[in-house]
Amino acid sequence: MTEDHWIVGKSLAQDSAHLHVTGEARYIDDIPVVQGTLYAALGLSEHAHAYLRHIDLSEVSRAEGVFAVVTAADIPSENHLGGALKDEPILAVEKVEYIGQPIFAVAASSVEAARRAVRLAKIDYEILPHNLDIRRAVAAEQFVLPTKRLQRGHAQQAIQEAPHQLSGQFSLGGQEHFYLEGQIAFALPKEDGDFHIHSSTQHPHHVQEIIASMLGRELKDIEIECRRMGGGFGGKESQASLFACIATLLAYKTQRAVKYRVDRDDDILISGKRHCYDIRWQVGFDEHGSILGVVLDYASRCGISADLSGPVNDRTMFHADNAYYLDQVDIISYRCKTNSQSNTAFRGFGGPQGMMAIEYIVEEIARYLKKDALSVRRINFYGQDERNLTPYGMRVEDNIIPELTDTLVQSSSYLERRQLIEAFNQTNPYLKKGIALTPVKFGISFTATHLNQAGALIHIYNDGTVQLNHGGTEMGQGLLTKVAQVVAETLQINPSHIRCTASTTEKVPNASATAASSGSDINGMAAQQAAEVLRARLIEFLAKHFEVSPEQIQFKTGQVFISDKKTLSFAEVAHLAWFNRVSLSATGFYKTPKIHYDPKTMSGRPFFYFAYGAAVAEVLVDVLTGEYKVTQVDILHDVGDSLNPALDIGQIEGGFVQGMGWLTTEELWWNQAGKLMTHAPSTYKIPSIGDLPRKFNVRLVDKKPNREATIYRSKAVGEPPLMLAMSVFFALKHAIESIADYQISSQLNAPATPESILTAIQTLRSFQSTTAA
Amino acid sequence: MSFHTRNTIYFYLHGKRIALRDVSPSLTVLNYLRDELHRTGTKEGCAEGDCGACTVVVADLNQQGCIQYRAINACIHFVPLLDGKILFTVESLKTNHGLHPIQQAMLDCHASQCGFCTPGFVMSLFGLYKTADKPTHEQLCHALSGNLCRCTGYRPIIDAGQRMYDYAQALAPEQQSALTHPYSAQETPSAWLSQLHELAAHTESLVIHHQQQAFLAPRSISELSHYLLAYPNAYLLAGGTDIGLWVTKRQQHLNTIIYLGQVAELDQISQTDEYLEIAAAVNLERAYQALVQHFPELQDLHWRFASLPIRNAGTLVGNIANGSPIGDSMPALIVLGARVLLRRGNTQRELALEDFYLAYQQKDLQPSEFVQAVRIPLRTSTQILRVWKISKRFEQDISAVCAAFCMEYQEGKIHTIRIAFGGMAATPKRATHTEQALLQQNWSLATLEKAQAALAQDFKPLSDMRASADYRLHVAQQLLHKFYLQTSGSSFVSELGDLHD
Repeated sequence: MTEDHWIVGKSLAQDSAHLHVTGEARYIDDIPVVQGTLYAALGLSEHAHAYLRHIDLSEVSRAEGVFAVVTAADIPSENHLGGALKDEPILAVEKVEYIGQPIFAVAASSVEAARRAVRLAKIDYEILPHNLDIRRAVAAEQFVLPTKRLQRGHAQQAIQEAPHQLSGQFSLGGQEHFYLEGQIAFALPKEDGDFHIHSSTQHPHHVQEIIASMLGRELKDIEIECRRMGGGFGGKESQASLFACIATLLAYKTQRAVKYRVDRDDDILISGKRHCYDIRWQVGFDEHGSILGVVLDYASRCGISADLSGPVNDRTMFHADNAYYLDQVDIISYRCKTNSQSNTAFRGFGGPQGMMAIEYIVEEIARYLKKDALSVRRINFYGQDERNLTPYGMRVEDNIIPELTDTLVQSSSYLERRQLIEAFNQTNPYLKKGIALTPVKFGISFTATHLNQAGALIHIYNDGTVQLNHGGTEMGQGLLTKVAQVVAETLQINPSHIRCTASTTEKVPNASATAASSGSDINGMAAQQAAEVLRARLIEFLAKHFEVSPEQIQFKTGQVFISDKKTLSFAEVAHLAWFNRVSLSATGFYKTPKIHYDPKTMSGRPFFYFAYGAAVAEVLVDVLTGEYKVTQVDILHDVGDSLNPALDIGQIEGGFVQGMGWLTTEELWWNQAGKLMTHAPSTYKIPSIGDLPRKFNVRLVDKKPNREATIYRSKAVGEPPLMLAMSVFFALKHAIESIADYQISSQLNAPATPESILTAIQTLRSFQSTTAA
Repeated sequence: MSFHTRNTIYFYLHGKRIALRDVSPSLTVLNYLRDELHRTGTKEGCAEGDCGACTVVVADLNQQGCIQYRAINACIHFVPLLDGKILFTVESLKTNHGLHPIQQAMLDCHASQCGFCTPGFVMSLFGLYKTADKPTHEQLCHALSGNLCRCTGYRPIIDAGQRMYDYAQALAPEQQSALTHPYSAQETPSAWLSQLHELAAHTESLVIHHQQQAFLAPRSISELSHYLLAYPNAYLLAGGTDIGLWVTKRQQHLNTIIYLGQVAELDQISQTDEYLEIAAAVNLERAYQALVQHFPELQDLHWRFASLPIRNAGTLVGNIANGSPIGDSMPALIVLGARVLLRRGNTQRELALEDFYLAYQQKDLQPSEFVQAVRIPLRTSTQILRVWKISKRFEQDISAVCAAFCMEYQEGKIHTIRIAFGGMAATPKRATHTEQALLQQNWSLATLEKAQAALAQDFKPLSDMRASADYRLHVAQQLLHKFYLQTSGSSFVSELGDLHD
């Protein structure tokens, strides 16, 4: 801590924690419905690619309890989702492009009636060939967005001239968000054709825009509100809008309130996920493992439309370096169109896939040189004063990864354990241990510069209590609590006197999505500014009123000191100010400084700063079946000066476990017809309580304030820890490779399910026997 | 034949006796709580019993007359199943004096983030709190195996589970009764006991007719048999952990439901000189506890079988009668030589479990006939048993492959061998070629290899979202290898659990 704070930096419980544990926290499905409320369901495509020859909804309309049935033809104005591109319809027109694509919607008197009714549709499809394969899409040039390339130097030449070369390919699966609260919206008609919509969304402003364009109305006519989400993780950034549109369209049609709580299976079938990737790579390096040139070819499955695939894939390219200086580098990124859900934001936003490639390469180099991968990592880390320019031309000024790694190596006894593990593996042919240390360097800011802005609105009531509002949304990360701590600190009031109110487009206009880990950075700053305006206003008033100089007035630990003669409570000050006609409401605004970025050349300073971390994971693998346990995890993570250590540790642990799920048990599986078959928790397996590593040591980097002037010198923490889970994947790979005494590398693809692991083991063994013969 | 019946469901909630008439018998407890009572603390996460956001606790009397508390999934539990019980929801826990120790511990440990799964965790912990004093890490994991959290990574929830007991102990005695038990000092286990006794006085059979639906809850086997003869197309309901999904996921309309759960004779585990008998209404948790007493090798299967709330509701006989090719209990029961006792009217017959399965989702079961019990021969001293389940996740997952082996040696040779697999064919099935390859052989590497080859003759598995055909066959062969290692005197450890504490 650079200075002592009263509230900031304390591990306060989340503002809603007491409501969570009693079940009183109100989610959208818990809001009492109004009289006459109807319930929605969607009719979905049953084919991956087909023309809609004829849609017969007569039985649907006649079904018990049905009040309205709508198709694309019922949309009064624009039938499109998405941002700039407008390339995805709300409801399909003429053609469907994936199994699960919405075709029509129903409003009925109950959830069950609506869900029963949509099953009665008779749709005549003319089936077309479909494709889900990434490389086939590349070959056929089926893209949702143009291919991008980021080059520095002459990578191909550097590889050829390097003492050693390696190349390879591997695949990374996608990931379903599996927010515990499914997608939901509740639309209420207001007067004059306006609508008030409760939407479980990370981006109320986006929902507002899409609904206004759908209805042919203006932004002023549409209010979007969200008090809290039951999890978001990126899945409710752009994609909440579809469900809000359906509820609103049906409300428009019926002039009744309509709630759309999406069935879990439908939710997973309809909505986009983390992009899966096919990655090809070539690398040239010297005998120490120093990377001399690297070529990376990232191809991702984007689904049927662009959605957020542009910035997601850009971030992949920006994180192809992770923590390593790549001097000669050539990165190409293909954004493939496939007959699947339109993939979208997911915690890490393409960064994890970018990093996995370079970490894979580092491991391959280490295996080839018969070195500990840690030494290869260290030799390639960014330097302090030199070797510090990223491929996109941003200087890494805040690099702490070498010392952070050293500290973690010590505290986790990495070297000793690695020796013990390799010795153990000599003695047991059926159970193998593995260990890996992986670093994370993650860029903080939206890469689209204009999104790095935030607004806040603070009211002080004349009893001294405060309502706090800003453009950020609460999805469990504790944003409202952190921002309340900032305001409490600024006004020196007890946080219990602050009410965090629901995010609504009526209070803060044009707010950016709560995404890119930036929530507390930008909203905290905006709220601080608003609070400072109010404090300054109060000081000016008090100085005049009590005839003292402004410097003699101090707000401190819940009280206001007027020189040394008088002490008032904050409530008394508020009341006095009100009585003397002082405005007690203020807005605040913040825009992130220093950043600039040219999307054409992919260069500039897209990030205000970097967040760092590293993890050591140890695993135990059953090589007969491919099953495994993660036995120990040690994490050291950088949050600058923490606004709230308990909440930050929660983000780190939760992010890590979620990342572990992505790389291990969470497998998306499509059948031959192109249907996603893992569309429920019975088939899609996120980590459960037994997957928690038995030894799980999580620490924050000590005494490292952010060198940039962020809110109280803290750092963003939402996304970076997810990528710490790469350590689990490479520990599994390490365990597998013990079978061949670490002489050859294994082809392990993610997710590393027991099957994926056993396949890698088999391939390794057959390779071993052919080389032996 | 006539039976004493009533058409009203009686149960207790929040210290109040609820009398329900004219409800759809397939109304779920979750929808009842949320839509009718506006008790919205209980959440819907998946509506299929796989995420635990809807967890509530029911209490009833066990055979010793003590209160038993069971966490269950409200999303797939039909309202008439509450009859005769006390229902606790997350709203039941907070008192005028403040938070319940579980809630306080969850709050202080920062164990909620988005908060949506939290009420379910609180209720699973409540079920544990009422049944265990100072649970181990393992017990906590078992109790919470049916609750998914996507935010926290679980560590603080485990901390809260360990800390909740300290809060209760730290309280003064007069606060304790109020805080450790819901609502008020009057709402104590003794009050609940009298509530349950009061409910138990309604000995009539519950019979509900609602629109086109009927729900019949017989009290005796003869009454049950009578209803089944009268309604041969009725759905036979036990725990509802599968049938519940037909309603929530397929929107299926269930016309006539006959419920087994109030037939006391069917809630019995008994033992003769020859076999252990587990009757049709015994839930999986109790059934596995009994099985593990006789066959400790089933311990891992017990913990990996679904989740505690599912095991608390679902029954072993339901698992058998459902007859899914990926049902986890059948391979082990088949190799143990289990037999099913079938009944139609007054006629009983017995069948080897493996003969019960004819083809995919087809069983040797006549209309109006039901599985009354399963009989498992008592173990012999020479029996060597191993069971493995392979799935992507350890807790609450469905098998890719489930394998069971039971062997006896005589004079150095394999004297008897029974091998059965789930997930490898259209039904749970014995590996007959493999057994033949092993029978009367020395247990050697050469024998193992022959048996592994024979497995490919026994099974042509399918590829699906759980595993590919290749993996299924390969892992089945590898499990045979593991069986060999563990039964042929190898000194190598080959179980993850033996090294991972």
